Amino acid sequence: MKECNAIEVYDVTKKFKVYYDKGRMLKEKVLFWKRNKYDEHWVLNGISFEVKKGEAVGLIGHNGCGKSTTLKILTGIMYPDAGKVELKGRVSSLLELGAGFHPDMSGRENIYINASIFGLSKKEIDSRIHDIIAFSELGDYIDNPVRTYSSGMYMRLAFSVAINVDADILLIDEILAVGDVNFQAKCFNKLIDIKKSGTTIVIVSHSMGQIEEICDRSIWIHEGLIRTDGIPRNVHREYLMYMGELRKEKLNPLNSGNEKLEKVEEKTEEAEKTETIQELNAHHRGTGEARIVSVETLNQDGKKVNVFSTDEPIIFRVSYEVYKEVNNALFGLSIFRNDGVRCYGSNSRADGIPTFTLKNNGFFDLEFTDNQLLQGKYYLDVCIAVGIDDMVDYYDTVYGFEVYSFYEDIGAVRMKHKWMINVTE
Amino acid sequence: MKLMRELWNYREMIVSLVKRDLKSRYKGSVLGFLWMFLNPLLQLCVYTVVFSIIMRSDIEKFYLFLFVALVPWIFFSMCLSGGTTVIFAQQDMVKKIYFPRQVLPIAFTTSQFVNMALSFIIIFIVIAFSGIGLHVRALAFLPLVMLIEYILALGVTFLTSALTVYFRDLEHILGIVSMAWMYMTPILYDVTSVPEEFLPIFNLNPMTPIIVAYRDILYYGKVPQIDTLLNAFALGISVLIVGEIAFAILQRHFVEEL
Repeated sequence: MKECNAIEVYDVTKKFKVYYDKGRMLKEKVLFWKRNKYDEHWVLNGISFEVKKGEAVGLIGHNGCGKSTTLKILTGIMYPDAGKVELKGRVSSLLELGAGFHPDMSGRENIYINASIFGLSKKEIDSRIHDIIAFSELGDYIDNPVRTYSSGMYMRLAFSVAINVDADILLIDEILAVGDVNFQAKCFNKLIDIKKSGTTIVIVSHSMGQIEEICDRSIWIHEGLIRTDGIPRNVHREYLMYMGELRKEKLNPLNSGNEKLEKVEEKTEEAEKTETIQELNAHHRGTGEARIVSVETLNQDGKKVNVFSTDEPIIFRVSYEVYKEVNNALFGLSIFRNDGVRCYGSNSRADGIPTFTLKNNGFFDLEFTDNQLLQGKYYLDVCIAVGIDDMVDYYDTVYGFEVYSFYEDIGAVRMKHKWMINVTE
Repeated sequence: MKLMRELWNYREMIVSLVKRDLKSRYKGSVLGFLWMFLNPLLQLCVYTVVFSIIMRSDIEKFYLFLFVALVPWIFFSMCLSGGTTVIFAQQDMVKKIYFPRQVLPIAFTTSQFVNMALSFIIIFIVIAFSGIGLHVRALAFLPLVMLIEYILALGVTFLTSALTVYFRDLEHILGIVSMAWMYMTPILYDVTSVPEEFLPIFNLNPMTPIIVAYRDILYYGKVPQIDTLLNAFALGISVLIVGEIAFAILQRHFVEEL
């Protein structure tokens, strides 16, 4: 194992047996041994990757792609059929919160049980118990039996134990939805602290945003193989684009069932269409009932420019074409700096504008009257959506503009501020 | 060796699982921990009534003769048949969290062992007052015999807990096996009443030398014979080694089979 690595995975494969008719009883196994037929289902087909010490890596992929299995193998719960997995240091996994909790025992007693399952000694737990109780915000409730807790309290306690293990490697599976908004933010910040302190983190999540905020790297696992490995934003764009295509394929077969002749004609026509669309597709994803065709930036006089100064209003003009009526539509727009940091994003519904029906081609304007972006290159993501998850068209990163600034502030945006200095000499 | 070191790191888990098991068993009952002593005491009362009034035996103080063998047997049979639920009962944990799986059977066996040890307190009191008396030299060997039985029981728990994950019938089968095994072990009778030609087979039963040793110490008040102890130890260790090897192999697919 290389000195700088915390995790090394070499050519790991894993298969599951899927029984047609599983007989678990000894009697059945003996009497009906012929019936024990099963299919082999390969979940991992040879995955190799390395994670450096202190690196945070996100694993993404659609359901059943093998990302959770990979995490389970890393944790040591499952064994690979072939290949090698090496981890250096104490591993803590946040796959299951509150393991071993006993409802009749107090929160404090349960902390000892739960933490001991993570491999902590009594001494280590003693030294952490104060932090754990403080983090859980349970206060005096800590000495009440756990069965009297609300589910939020329960999860808070469980998360507090898991997060305070002080592991060298932390493995997390989709669990950041703990407690109320404040506690979630607290957990999130704690995770970032943990990362800063040099802990290696591997996260499985469907929330691309979370991964982008914590991780330095994303690995997209597709059908048991690594498809892409790189900077989260790039990997996610590719992944989301692929998922958009998949959805489109699922939508299209609805048109089938017509007469054969028609079908053939349609096919050729459609083939032509898809060919030309494919070139455009590179930056589009979504179901495609409507499409964004152009994005422009205008200054306050309505003139097309793409360089602005801080404080100068910006108007974004987005034109779209509608191929099929879209109900409950909304528009969204996000501004990214060229290093991938999302500086701002909003959508019409979030701003209180009711959703609308799109029938005809047209355009919309979005004006930032008080542009406070600081010096840098920016680009836009624009979308037409139905709800938050159903993208009709998501058009990304194509249009760029620049901002220059006379201020010496640093960062993405200028924030209103006031100095109050009292220096006595 | 690696396993031993890992288990040492997880010692706190074993301790807290045992504590949790003991605490939760009597939690909520009015008498609480007292049940640990009441249980064996009431059992003993029943035997005393049955065997000294109704079914009189030739053996002097038969209720004690029986009881000093029965308490260790109950510990063993709990491990034999109760061990089947060890992995199942904790399947949420097994499926989601890494820890050396051996922790679970070890904690289960230890918890049963503590139960037996508490029953011994009752035995001591009864022996002291029954006229048999406590023989210090003989009692010095008691921890050794208990240790040997613990080793054997742990080996058996390893085997049954791991095998049940694959063959769920085992739970029911072992109920019968446990009963048959009890009659094959000199608990209700003395080992001297076993016909000479069957003795070699009887001594293959790892519980036979253990029960003989317990009875020597507690009922007859004499130091157990050295070859009885050696026989028990050899059988116990063999079972433990076989059990651990089988467990280590079978546990690799626990998550898929559960």
